[in-house]
Amino acid sequence: MTVDVQTATVDNLVEVDNLRVWFPVQHGIFETLVSGHKDYVHAVDDVSFDIRRGEVFGLAGESGSGKSTTGRAIIRLLDPTAGKISFDGIDMQTLSAEELRHLRRRMQVIFQDPMASLNPRMSLGASIAHPLQIHFPEQKARHHEMASEMMEHVGLSPSRFYYDKYPHQISGGQRQRVVIARALITHPDLVIADEPIAMADVSVRALLLDLMIKLKQELNLTYLFITHDLATAKYICDRLGVMYLGKMCEMGNLKDVYGEPLHPYTRALLAAVPVPDPHRRRTEAMPEGEIPNAIHPPKGCRYHPRCPLAQPICSQQDPELRELRPGHFVACHLAR
Amino acid sequence: MASVVTDTLPLVQLRDLSVTYHTRLGSVSAVDGVSFDIHRGEILGLVGESGCGKSTMGKAIMRMIMPPGEISSGEIVFDGQDIMLYNDDQMRDFRGRRMSMIFQDPMTSLNPVQRIDEHLVEALQVHEPKTPREAALERARVLAERLGIRRDRLQSYPHQLSGGMRQRVMVSLGLLLNASLVVADEATTSLDVIVEAKLIDELVRLRDEFGISILMITHNIALVAEAADRVAVMYAGRVVEVGGVYEVFDTPLHPYTSGLLSSVPSIALDDTEELYKMPGEPPNLTHPPMGCRFHPRCPKALPICSQKAPTLLDQGGGHLVNCWLYQSIEQEG
Repeated sequence: MTVDVQTATVDNLVEVDNLRVWFPVQHGIFETLVSGHKDYVHAVDDVSFDIRRGEVFGLAGESGSGKSTTGRAIIRLLDPTAGKISFDGIDMQTLSAEELRHLRRRMQVIFQDPMASLNPRMSLGASIAHPLQIHFPEQKARHHEMASEMMEHVGLSPSRFYYDKYPHQISGGQRQRVVIARALITHPDLVIADEPIAMADVSVRALLLDLMIKLKQELNLTYLFITHDLATAKYICDRLGVMYLGKMCEMGNLKDVYGEPLHPYTRALLAAVPVPDPHRRRTEAMPEGEIPNAIHPPKGCRYHPRCPLAQPICSQQDPELRELRPGHFVACHLAR
Repeated sequence: MASVVTDTLPLVQLRDLSVTYHTRLGSVSAVDGVSFDIHRGEILGLVGESGCGKSTMGKAIMRMIMPPGEISSGEIVFDGQDIMLYNDDQMRDFRGRRMSMIFQDPMTSLNPVQRIDEHLVEALQVHEPKTPREAALERARVLAERLGIRRDRLQSYPHQLSGGMRQRVMVSLGLLLNASLVVADEATTSLDVIVEAKLIDELVRLRDEFGISILMITHNIALVAEAADRVAVMYAGRVVEVGGVYEVFDTPLHPYTSGLLSSVPSIALDDTEELYKMPGEPPNLTHPPMGCRFHPRCPKALPICSQKAPTLLDQGGGHLVNCWLYQSIEQEG
């Protein structure tokens, strides 16, 4: 892949190579017998990218683009249909279940809804200390102390006050801090944050973003930041990949992607984001239709039915992700 | 827009409206003494965080507050008539015909086993039982087409449509009886950003064409900037600021409004600009703070702010603010 060639000298924590995740579609017995073939949801289709050590790599796209599925495949919450994922030089496919469990200490996830991520019957301190029982059982005597320290770290201070409280007794923003503390207690290298601030109150989001940036610096973390919100991505990401219907359509440094979007879809996506300034109302027309069904994705470039620039070649040939500018990749036949 | 119509009677006048929920943990004043107007033909953005009472406001305007909640006081004057005095039959006819509502999740608002055209015909015939089925169907088709729903899609069931299409169906249900006010409660929130942008364009176009008023309830202050003529900002059950969209965004008066505006990530800002990190979180309304409900998070709080609530006062040009920084204590007395 072109991606590997370019970044061979860079220190990559994660390398995703032609990742494919397909989900089989359940049909009735009769239909299966008659038609004799199986349908698949092409959630992620031949996606390649690297996450460099110490960076915030963003994955952006609309619902159904495959961004969350990609995140889950990296941490092996899902088994890839095909492709290779390496973490710190280790090919994850080759690991046994036991080895994978050990490796998981180094990769943690923060999900969108903290209320759904926390056990309502477990105190906050117990929730945060729980991963320690799995990954550091030999330090049992210190678990309470380690959890308390981490609580102070994420701003749940004084930890004495919060340790024995339960999720329903604290606010939404504090709950997300608990989830962050629980993810960081195992000293991970990689944190996969899947829409981590989307559920928080608007006035609380800036503080949470700030906390995530601060913790990244203090604890030498690498983030995979999955979001549909390009305005938030702008504040935290170093590099960004834009996904559409299971494909990576553009990837590069955040400044390059936002400054000179090369893919028509990226341009539409950026133009659609409302700006909190009535003097800058959107004038661009929006693309036709909506993101199509991923069971029978369009042939050729998957964006072509909605693309205002589409040419005959777009419906015939699937465009490769190519490096059009240094470090700036695009999958579009027409980008120059 | 607003300046053209201010000399005529506003379509809706809310006066000192309060909504109380009676819960086991005590009474919650979800909306506390709210007053504002909705002018004819305007899009009014009602913006606030979750739990600030903006959705309760939307339901209260339609008198759809269910027990254990109730409208505990206030007036809702629609086109010169106080609809708080209407009986149930009058209210049922009023809803839909004069005022309609679009909710966030069309999948829970539409009947999964009813076709789209049946939804539309039913809505029409409930209010106009004399309209023959064929005529109702034709009206539904014409309106749906105006909203970009192709005729052949009307035979579909809700699950066969995309999210954006379903929301268009909700909009056409709302407009079928020529309502003059549409309350859109987070109507675009569950949609993807491109689909959302298109639906917002559609709402603006409908306003321009039919002259309807739209109360756009949202947590997304950027959407208000995109589409609204005026904006009302709510915090913890009270309106803290009202004004023209340019006035409020250019010179926000209330510390909450200015804090919110500078804490929202924007795609347009330079990289050098820092986000404002507003301290604390919105209060629990079972025990709201005394005085101004924003004072514990306010960087400009005065001693009076924790003792006594300010009033919503006009600072000129229809820009109103509910804050002690702009009123003297004597003025209030």
